[in-house]
Amino acid sequence: MSEQIKSYDTVTAKPSIYVEDLTIDFALDSSLFNRQHMRAVNNVSFVLKAGEALAVVGESGSGKSTCARALCRLFEPTSGNIWMQDVEVNAKQNRMSQRDYAKEVQMIFQDPFGSLNPVHTIRHHLARPIKLHQPRMSADELDEKVIEIIERVGLSPARQTADKYPHELSGGQRQRVAIARALAVGANFILADEPISMLDVSIRLGILNLMDDMKKDGIGFLYITHDIATARYFAERTSVMYVGHMVEWGNSDSVTQNPQHPYTQLLISAVPEAGIKRSKEVKAKKAEIPVWKPESVGCPFAGRCLEATDKCREAMPPVTQLAEDHFVRCYLYDE
Amino acid sequence: MSEVKKPLLEVKNVCVDYVTDTGNARAVNHVSLEIRPGETLGLAGESGCGKSTLAFAIANLHGAPALISEGEILFEDRDVLKMSNEELRQFRWNEAAMVFQSAMNSLNPVITIGSQLIDVILAHKDVSKEDAWKRAEELLEVVGIHKSRMTSYAHQLSGGMRQRVVIAIALILRPKLIIMDEPTTALDVVVEREIMDELYELKEEYGFAILFISHDLGLMGEIADRIGVMYAGKLVELSEAEEILYHPKHPYTRGLVASFPTIHGPKERLTGIPGSPLNLLETPEGCFFQARCSECMDVCMTRDPEFIEVQQSPSRKVACHIVEAEEVSA
Repeated sequence: MSEQIKSYDTVTAKPSIYVEDLTIDFALDSSLFNRQHMRAVNNVSFVLKAGEALAVVGESGSGKSTCARALCRLFEPTSGNIWMQDVEVNAKQNRMSQRDYAKEVQMIFQDPFGSLNPVHTIRHHLARPIKLHQPRMSADELDEKVIEIIERVGLSPARQTADKYPHELSGGQRQRVAIARALAVGANFILADEPISMLDVSIRLGILNLMDDMKKDGIGFLYITHDIATARYFAERTSVMYVGHMVEWGNSDSVTQNPQHPYTQLLISAVPEAGIKRSKEVKAKKAEIPVWKPESVGCPFAGRCLEATDKCREAMPPVTQLAEDHFVRCYLYDE
Repeated sequence: MSEVKKPLLEVKNVCVDYVTDTGNARAVNHVSLEIRPGETLGLAGESGCGKSTLAFAIANLHGAPALISEGEILFEDRDVLKMSNEELRQFRWNEAAMVFQSAMNSLNPVITIGSQLIDVILAHKDVSKEDAWKRAEELLEVVGIHKSRMTSYAHQLSGGMRQRVVIAIALILRPKLIIMDEPTTALDVVVEREIMDELYELKEEYGFAILFISHDLGLMGEIADRIGVMYAGKLVELSEAEEILYHPKHPYTRGLVASFPTIHGPKERLTGIPGSPLNLLETPEGCFFQARCSECMDVCMTRDPEFIEVQQSPSRKVACHIVEAEEVSA
């Protein structure tokens, strides 16, 4: 593990997942020779700490979900490493088994209507992962554990809920079951991919607050969202992605209250806020969002940035540290 | 809004029922409101509160199993619900247009954008195809799309561009009212911002009224003059936008306003609204919000609160027993 990635981690005592220079390419066509690729994630590094949430914010197509899927080992990285403490997850030899890894890292998806099996009860959804990971548990213990987990995610009465089918629950309740399923395994890290964007506005906060309470039990979250206001509300640290690149990251409050990268400034100025009539000020040029190729050079935002210079189109800006926990990739801040 | 203008649209005591095997679900329950010319009225509430059902009723677009069982909808003194098919055909798009939530799906994938635009003109106006084409090109430029895109198909455009095309189609006959049902929900924030900015400019230029339906109160606070809040089919509060956002009276409105973390405000733990939305097939006696209300009283479980005016601000209406009691003592 390089020193640079370690330097991002201010508290090393807690268990952490380190992601170092993660790059993921997808093939664009099926021709055997001269195959075109697009780079969905380029050179992304971050640390996921137990008991803390890291929000990844960006527009659709910014590579935030791809990051989460790579972290879940659904995609093999094209290059770069993922470390679970001192173990290299995707090592060529003696790699961590999927079962050991899944015990630590679980994912919650956006659509609670599609992520539960309609023909099985809630009890089945929760008992199965426990049986897989703790095969020696007795039936009584298993039952007790299932009820305990259902209560922990705030579904009551727990015994009745356990025997219900997914269609008998509302969207918010189903999302709680999805969270319970991650807890059942005993995961220390939960990758939450837009967990509240499909829920009713009045119950979104309930889910966010539940996840917030789970942080106190030492669970770390990767919170993927396009809503930067909830990122600030829920996550200690925020990282802003644009076309597969992390452009600005650090402490949530400094990123949202004092945004430095032109893209972060654009994103925050676009958030609707009641009572504040929008300004006519133009924050970015109108241009198509580029498709990043492995051979592309420069800053991905250069085409829309009002401050772009020739330098921005030629090479990727280096990382500049603005404060103890605030980093940006932009030539404006590069001395 | 000091001068009293005659309302463009009056919704009077409208009820819409969905007929199901297990009974009728009343999705819109005795709703009355009015929209003045050039005004933006926001309609807020969570999924299933009946806001889209009401919008469909205004254009008389409902078919079975939905049934408009009571009330009248007056557009410039003509009842939309009593119009013949031919009158309705003239009314829709000429005078009231609609922009639906999923613009991606409301464009025909096998017909070019241009043909879909001129289709609307040719169906309503007696003009030549060339004139219609020219007018469609102009309008496309107004919403910020180059006219060379007239020959493109929907799949060749991005989500934001498709939404702009749908807005262009709604504007093309210069209607007096545009009903927008979650027009930007499926879009990214930056694109949403661009479209909303354009919408402001178009509104200033064309002077149409908007019925803006959304669950995003922040967005609504920016565009709407007045906001109505619906819960379980009933209008529970209706007032000037600022009043709703900064001094909400109904407990549900208060909960809804407190459900959105802000980007700049103080960082504090928000509570949201406990419980889950009401099942319309099992409505209780009295106030529909009783099960989730933190200030529920005995009277709330027996008698339905009336939608009454608040004395201090005459443009404001609230349906809540707490407010009713305050009014009596005042």
